[in-house]
Parts: sequence; C-alpha cells; structure tokens
Amino acid sequence: MKGTSAVELVGVDKDFGEVNALSGIELTIGGGEFVSLIGPSGCGKSTLLRVVADLEQPSAGTVTVGGKPPRQARVDQEYGIAFQQAGLLEWRTVAENVELPLHVHGMAKPQRQARAAELLELVGLADFAGSRPSQLSGGMQQRVAIARALAPSPRLLLMDEPFGALDEMTRERMQAELLRIAGETGAAVLFVTHSIPEAVVLSDRVVVMSPRPGRITEIVTGRRPAVGKAAELDPDDVEDVRESSAFFAAITAVREALRKGHEA
Amino acid sequence: MTTSKVPHRFANLHGDSGVQVGKTVGKFGWLPPVVFGVGALALWEVVVRVAGVPAFILPTPSAIGAQIVAQPAVLLSTSWATGLNALVGLVAGFVLGVVLALLAASSRLLSDLTTPVVAAASAVPIVALAPVFTTMFGSTTEIPRRLVVMLVVIVPVFIATARGLRQVQPVHAELMTALAATPWQHARFVRLPGAIPHIMTGLRLAAPAAVIAAVVAEYFGGLQNGLGSRISSAAANTAYARAWAFVAASIVLGLLFHFAGLLAERLVTRRTLRRTP
Repeated sequence: MKGTSAVELVGVDKDFGEVNALSGIELTIGGGEFVSLIGPSGCGKSTLLRVVADLEQPSAGTVTVGGKPPRQARVDQEYGIAFQQAGLLEWRTVAENVELPLHVHGMAKPQRQARAAELLELVGLADFAGSRPSQLSGGMQQRVAIARALAPSPRLLLMDEPFGALDEMTRERMQAELLRIAGETGAAVLFVTHSIPEAVVLSDRVVVMSPRPGRITEIVTGRRPAVGKAAELDPDDVEDVRESSAFFAAITAVREALRKGHEA
Repeated sequence: MTTSKVPHRFANLHGDSGVQVGKTVGKFGWLPPVVFGVGALALWEVVVRVAGVPAFILPTPSAIGAQIVAQPAVLLSTSWATGLNALVGLVAGFVLGVVLALLAASSRLLSDLTTPVVAAASAVPIVALAPVFTTMFGSTTEIPRRLVVMLVVIVPVFIATARGLRQVQPVHAELMTALAATPWQHARFVRLPGAIPHIMTGLRLAAPAAVIAAVVAEYFGGLQNGLGSRISSAAANTAYARAWAFVAASIVLGLLFHFAGLLAERLVTRRTLRRTP
C-alpha cells in the first residue's frame, strides 16, 4: 500500500438547514484500502461520499482527497465515481461512454480509444464496445459505469450503492468482479451500501453509521479476500469467504453495531 | 390544498408528448385519405355546377385544374421562389432558435432575458411585420420575407430546444459535475444530444409554418415572383381559378415541407436513439 492516504476526513459536519446530516466525522482511508459505509436510511452515508466527491460542501471540518482539497481533486479527476444508476449516455456507444471522462479531460482520440478497449477488457465487455447501452443488461451497464469511473486511472473509486438495483445473483457476481478490479488497479474504494454481507465480503473495514445526527458509531474489520491473491482472484475465493465462520462473525458484529447505533 | 389541482390543467403543456416519432401506417394507410380527397373534389365539382355558384365565390376544381395545366412553368418558378424563401428562413430560424436556447440554458441571466422575449414573440402575429420590413429593406429584395419566416420559425424551435435541454437526468448532471466538465462540455456531451428528439420535433412543427409565413408575407407587396404575390394579384384581377391554382401550389409546397420535416425527425431520432433490435 502507498504511504499517502486516499481520503482524510477531520471533524466533518454537514447541515442541511436545521437537519444535522453529518456530525464529527473522523475517517482516514489508506491507499488501496476498501472501506464500506453502512447504516440505515438518513444516516448520511451518501452525503459523506458526496462530500468526498465535492458534490456537497462540508459545513465544518477538513476534507483531503489524494492530498488535495476536494475541489482540486475533482478537477484533476483524482477519483472515479459510480452511482446506483449506471447513468450511461444512450447516444454514445459502450466504448464512447467509457471514454467520456477522458474526452472531458481533453485526451486525444487514439489514446482514449486504446484506454477504453483496455478497460472493457478488464470488465469483460470487450465484445460490446460498439453496442448501445440499452442493448446491455443492468449488470453489464453497471460494469460499463465502473469501467468509465476507472478511465482516468484514479487512485480512489467512489461508489454509491452501485449494485443496489441488481438482482441477488448478478450482485454477487459483480462483487467478485469488483474485488478483482480493485485488486488489479490498486485503487482505494469508498463504497456505500445497505447490505451487510456485501459490506463484509468486499471491505477491509466496514464503517457503521447511525442517523440523527449522522455519525460513525463503530468500525468493524471486513473479510475482503487477501490482497496478495487479488490479482488472480477467482469467484471461488469469494465464495469461500462467504461460507467461512469469520464472515458470519463479522456480519454479526456489523449487525450488532447497527442495532446499538439505532438504540442510542 | 385547493391549489394542488391547478398545475394539472397546464401539466400537458410541458409534457414530452411532443416527441412523436411518427406512427407506423399500415400497408394501405394512404388509401382512405386519397379516396376521401378525390370524393371531396368530385362533390365540390358537382355542387358548384348544379347550384350555379359564381366563379368569384368558388370556381370548379376542373377550372382550377385547367389553370394548373395551362402554366406549369410559372407555377414551378413561383413555387421555387417562395420555397427558397421558406427554406432560407427555416434554416436561419432553426440555427438561431437552437443557439438562443443553448445560450439561455447556459446561464440563468440569459435565460431570464430571452425566455420572456420569446414567449412574447410567440404571441405576436409576426407576419404582420412584413409591410414594415418591406419598407425597411425595400421592395426589390427577398430579405423581408426571409426575415419574417425566420422569426416565425425561431419561436417553436427555441421552445422545443429549451424544453429538451432542461430534461437532463439528474444522474447525468451529477456525473458531469463529478467529471468537472465545463458548461460547454455539459451542453455538448449531455444536454444537446439528449435534446435532439425535442429539437427535431420543433423543426417538424416549424417547417410547414415556414411556408405559410413565406406565402402570407408576399401579400404585403414587394417582389412579384412568388406564390403569395400571384395569389393576391390574380384575385385582384378577378382571375379566380388562377388564384386557386396558386393556392393549390402553396398547399403542395406546405405538404412538401411538412413531410420533409417529418422525415428529418424520424431519421435523426432513430439514429441518435437506436433501440434494441
């Protein structure tokens, strides 16, 4: 892992008028680390991700992304982002959608195309480069969105419930895919989810949050398959994790943390 | 609570029901209107002859037809002159309407400036400006007519484009912000391509209106080379059947523009939004 941290949040508050969405957030995400944010609706997990992405301004505290202020990090495309909706542009081909961040950043066409081909290879959609987004299934569209997020080779990937709209089978396959991709690219990931098993199987650390005001109540160690194996990670390894007793122990820990936060 | 009903009255004004990519007509879908048209002409002929309607009220279709056959060259050249005015005005108005809508979408200030002006313009009978323009530019030039057409076209194109530009999916807007895209990139990559179906609907609506404006603008003097000027001079000279022949030519011209607009809309919309085969 690299020396510099991917994200640093110190004493971050966020108010929407009267509503105290985030309160006293302290969190550091190391280079290459996979961190999930989990908690009930309204706990501010999406808001926290949006603060890191510079889509919201914090009311107090300091945010550093890749050693820079969030605005600079956004302008420099230091992070890639994926939302619950794939949000592909229907008038562009799959490859052109992947190229979008590079296009915005003014990269020349040949380099853009080469990079898109590389990324579509990475997410296993090389055969669909010339397709229209509407010709792909939901899971495939989401993989295109991930490839697009990875296009500028960011050191940080921000994901806001990217698998929330997928069915359970597709979802588990996508989780294995994401672990492989995160391992291959070495990018840190900040991942917002509602699903406890998803958070546990993907993450180095699971950050449990509670609402009113949104705050971090506990941080549980996740069961992400070892980084050394990640490059040749195959779905069976992820399957092994899902069936291990340590996995269930971690799930229980997260569930208890969530309940405690709810009662508090 | 009583006010909650009010918006519904206007809801369909802003709905995207305008995006109609053209209905698929059956194999013989053209047959009923043709039969109806021929039947109506026959009835017209019979009624005028039997009732002895004087020609200055309504000439027979056969008399009008005879006029058409008698001077095809004049009909063609006048249709060309009017058609060219309509086309030039349509293209200029289309480009201006789209550019203005883009400018309006790019800044709040410009939007506040242009939107009420265009809304007001849509209430102005723009053809009524024709005599004013003729005085301004002189009666030996096509500019007044083309200007009228352009102004008539700008309004629907601006409104349709502005509506299309406003309908950006939140996730796309968010994405472009996250990518630190400039307003121009946002317009070029997201807003404009997304608005194309709306823009083409604006063009389809504006195309026949351009012909109407071009014909009517000629009623107010100026060059005597187009359909409108021939209609008014024939009517003034009691050559009613001839006047009707030019009216028939302007109907054909209007239909030509209508179908060209429809075709352009269908082709472009299909190209930009190709669906799963």
